Amino acid sequence: MGIIRNRKIFFTLSAILVIGSLVAPFFFGFHLGTDFTGGSILEVRYLSERPQLEATQALLSPLGLGNFSLRPSGESNFVLRAREISPEEKSAILSVLSSGGQTQISEERFNSIGPVVGESLKRKSYIAIAVVIFCIVLFITFAFRKVSKPVSSWKYGLATIVALFHDVIVPTGIYIVAGKFFGWEIDLLFVTALLAILGYSVHDTIVVFDRVREHLRRNQEEGRVEEFEKTVGESLIQTMSRSINTSLTLVIVLVALYILGVGATQSFAFVLLVGVIAGTYSSIFLASPLLVTLEKLQKKE
Amino acid sequence: MLKYRIWAVFLLIATIALVYFLYSSQRENARFPFKFGLDLVGGTELIYRADVSQISGGDIADSMQTLRDVIERRINVFGVSEPLIQVERAGLVSGNPDHRLIVELPGVSDIERAVAMIGQTPQLEFKLERAGVRDLSEEELKKLTLDELFVSTGLTGRFLKRSSLQFDPSTAQPIVALEFNDEGKELFSQITRENIGRTLAIFLDDELKQAPVIQSEIDNGQAIITGYDAATAKEVVRQLNFGALPVPIELASTQTVGATLGEVALDAAVKAGIWGFIILSLFMVLWYRLPGVVAVIALILYVFLSLSIFKLIPVTLTAAGLAGFILSIGMAVDANILIFERMKEELRGMPARGTGGFAHSGGKEELRGGKNLIDAMREGFRRAWLSIRDSNIASIITAVILFWLGTASVKGFALTLGIGVLVSMFTAITASRTYLYAVSFVQESKLTEFLFSSGVKSYKLKADS
Repeated sequence: MGIIRNRKIFFTLSAILVIGSLVAPFFFGFHLGTDFTGGSILEVRYLSERPQLEATQALLSPLGLGNFSLRPSGESNFVLRAREISPEEKSAILSVLSSGGQTQISEERFNSIGPVVGESLKRKSYIAIAVVIFCIVLFITFAFRKVSKPVSSWKYGLATIVALFHDVIVPTGIYIVAGKFFGWEIDLLFVTALLAILGYSVHDTIVVFDRVREHLRRNQEEGRVEEFEKTVGESLIQTMSRSINTSLTLVIVLVALYILGVGATQSFAFVLLVGVIAGTYSSIFLASPLLVTLEKLQKKE
Repeated sequence: MLKYRIWAVFLLIATIALVYFLYSSQRENARFPFKFGLDLVGGTELIYRADVSQISGGDIADSMQTLRDVIERRINVFGVSEPLIQVERAGLVSGNPDHRLIVELPGVSDIERAVAMIGQTPQLEFKLERAGVRDLSEEELKKLTLDELFVSTGLTGRFLKRSSLQFDPSTAQPIVALEFNDEGKELFSQITRENIGRTLAIFLDDELKQAPVIQSEIDNGQAIITGYDAATAKEVVRQLNFGALPVPIELASTQTVGATLGEVALDAAVKAGIWGFIILSLFMVLWYRLPGVVAVIALILYVFLSLSIFKLIPVTLTAAGLAGFILSIGMAVDANILIFERMKEELRGMPARGTGGFAHSGGKEELRGGKNLIDAMREGFRRAWLSIRDSNIASIITAVILFWLGTASVKGFALTLGIGVLVSMFTAITASRTYLYAVSFVQESKLTEFLFSSGVKSYKLKADS
């Protein structure tokens, strides 16, 4: 079976992608959104012509907003990012942006998040991801308890987790690179997308492993001796069209969401799209071949 | 097969009933409207941090509940439709370092006004009559304003611990009982001691409520107001409790989504959902043919059933929640794909394996490779079940943990994903099996072969054994 035999190539490819994703923040920056860092973001839309950027920046400076950034967005919007601001300060800002009420503007969104809230959101996200990973290893070890030969059942869990890290790290890296060009930030919606990928990745890997489990059981019942490598290879081939078709259906929906979506929906669909592709790739080219490697290691001991 | 046809008809009727329910509950003032999060309809979210350091551990939950109720009453006065006020506890489980009050105000985009309306405290004040007022005639009194009649004592609602409605044990008259905190008790005691015989008026929002004459020193920190009927007394108690937030709060974060932005996001999600569904259906029908049609019909049931459940619970739909729903559509389709792929394998037999296929253990069939249609279907469902079960359990575990640990938006995602996975277990397996068995009356012929094949290939079907 080609995929199993050439597994080192795929491992290398995955390793390159993962390492690339891990170093991406150093080159492209790790832009945490206001959800996590605390601070404020204000977006306004100009119903008539949008004023000059430089002039508006100069007008905002005396308000003492600290290190703020004002960026145009779309045709008629301005996005202001600054430290946490009070409702009174916001009114002052809106008054400046609308030239004291002369220009008609509409407030599209406003977030002001205290640093404590941001910090606790960040911690919550970490805890949630860690607990999910832990419980899934436990569950897989349990689900595969009856097939502890030739590889112990917890190793299925281990392979799933490796695939899972791959599926979370690679989309993050690609998001960071793409975010550089589209101005995306690591916000709460991004974390939600990662959590969804987490769920999908495990879902996808389990289907392939289930087939391996079925083959092993059958071989045991019928007293057939077969190379583990061959069992995994055949399981892969048999589940291949399902893996591809399932991810295709998700890709269809997500592409629709990406094309029709606006703003946050678009970046969200993008992460999920990359995640689904990475998830499908990893369950075929990473998790299953890894089982074979684990088995070979076990034999050596 | 008759049994399956009856059930199939029943399921189709159920689908139509759901469509009717969804349609009729979209009318104005219907009982079960969709609930949308602020990110989709626009509005303001305010998160307050509560300072519970002055409250003993056992009373915190109570105080937070009272705080919630007080804030809710204040907001209701302003007529915001469907405000949502929640208490989020501190602790390791919730991941919060402190207790929080979350206030969601749909349709409100003016934060300053929202903050003001929540922070507004009806003012309770005790005032003493000014010296010399007593000697004035009635005409002269009428000319004077309240401020000229009374002088502040510094005893205000800030010192009020709580107010409650009681009844005089002998006359059964309603009594508004006031209880001051320690600081207030001292102040009250001092005022009453030094001013026996003078009038101590009680003002609420600068309005004179009661003007009793001090009879003696009151050192237990309690005061009563009488002379109301029961309903008014209750109202006064309520208002007095308004004046005193049980827990000091501080604004920690605010968020506003403009109505247009929310509308655009919702519109995009709905459009994407519809287009995604159409293309997905085309793919399923073209690739899996008759089973594909069955899967699409089951999927339609899935979508309508899930949406109805979202309405009934009700689930607040946010952008993240819709994402969870979309992902669960993918998982519902996955179950069907797993089953159909397995069915195909059973039909085809397993040429790759020397000793025959994956048929029942033992028996003649095993050596024979392919199966007849009905057997292949049965096996397809039976064998796909294990992987559907395990992969869905993993998804449910994820959903439960996220719901438990997540922040508001993650919770929405977890809830729709979890409901979606559960519903899909029913529609993708039970419903699609019923439909598939119901249409399998077709004589095994070239047509049947075509209908049950997939992709670009056709498979030879075995004759009935």
